[in-house]
Amino acid sequence: MAQSTQEILAGLAEIVNEETGLDPASVELDKSFTDDLDIDSLSMMTIVVNAEDKFGVSIPDDEVKNLKTVRDAVDFIASAQG
Amino acid sequence: MTTTATARPKGTGRISSNGSLRQARILGLGGYRPERLVPNSEIVDLIDSSDEWIRERSGIVTRRWAGAEETVEMMARAAGAQALANSGIDIGRIDTVIVATVSHPYQTPAVAPLVAHQLGADRAAAFDISAACAGYCHGISLAHDMVRGGTSEFVLVIGVEKLTDFTDKTDRSTAFLFADGAGAAVVGPSEEAGIGPTVWGSDGAQWDAIVQRDSWLDVRDKDLDWPAITMMGQTVFRWAVWGMAPIAQQAIDKAGITAADLDVFIPHQANLRIIDAMTKQLKLPDDVVVARDITDSGNTSAASIPLATLRLIEDGLAPSGGLALQIGFGAGLVYAAQVIQLP
Repeated sequence: MAQSTQEILAGLAEIVNEETGLDPASVELDKSFTDDLDIDSLSMMTIVVNAEDKFGVSIPDDEVKNLKTVRDAVDFIASAQG
Repeated sequence: MTTTATARPKGTGRISSNGSLRQARILGLGGYRPERLVPNSEIVDLIDSSDEWIRERSGIVTRRWAGAEETVEMMARAAGAQALANSGIDIGRIDTVIVATVSHPYQTPAVAPLVAHQLGADRAAAFDISAACAGYCHGISLAHDMVRGGTSEFVLVIGVEKLTDFTDKTDRSTAFLFADGAGAAVVGPSEEAGIGPTVWGSDGAQWDAIVQRDSWLDVRDKDLDWPAITMMGQTVFRWAVWGMAPIAQQAIDKAGITAADLDVFIPHQANLRIIDAMTKQLKLPDDVVVARDITDSGNTSAASIPLATLRLIEDGLAPSGGLALQIGFGAGLVYAAQVIQLP
């Protein structure tokens, strides 16, 4: 079932916290994964796989490079949930 | 097609079996680490990086790069000789030499016959296999089956790489990872099973995830640069951690044991991040020692598992007779995993 932006953001923030230890409150829509949150490509892949599990979507490897901001990821998940 | 005559077998002879299905185990290990230790500081300028970035990204602090004299056959011979000495098996009793490598710089012939000759196993069957970072575990599986099936009495398996000959020193995805070395094992008959069932396979849909940049024909015909090995880091990371952890678990299950029975876990030393994430996925008990030779040795492909095993033995962390889960995975993509009894 499709979730709201806020629900996806909250879930994603939990996943980021588990992988990096970052405060979930710091995971805001306009933050860049690399520049603002300092998440490297391998941690990003861990977040992607855990997001697939949590939200029941598929995020292909080719798509991961397009997920530059938290909003990109939230929008992709919302769209994939359809 | 119309058949006008029916051929019938003579039926006068029967093929005799060449052996019984006896058990097999690893009898001894050997290794060779190149002389030159290369710290991150020697690498960072060419990839616009830092010691901290390399450590965070891979766990690697130093690695060993082979010099001009440390060729694939030289390192293979040294590791093989040590494995023979440690196993107590005379070279004259080795009837097969298998070399797993992707960096022997001749299209043909294989390096195995040369190594066999140099070691004194002149009549041994000798051939190379190409299974990249999974090559050693493929070799152990073949050797096990050969000993059990009676094709061979004693098999020398060698994993050897001089990856730096195929590394682009300016490639930020591989230059800090790849390294050189050799590891070897002697496999022979035993009373009890010392090598569990191998779980292996391939995923050719991801053939280009780790790949020599250009074919030899393109290098010749298009006057291209030397074709170094390149890698799609994120793709390989996902496959290695979430694809290979279930394979490792299958190897445990097929061996008829549980994770709690393991003494050590020796994954291919690809990247400390992969090793740690795979260990987490497997939910191994805390008392299972995990090989992390990568920090000092880098990624030596087919050599990494025997070298990491030797390091644990040298450090007193891998008890003789104990059980080790080993899993190789790499270019192809290909993989192989099995539980073995430590020599």
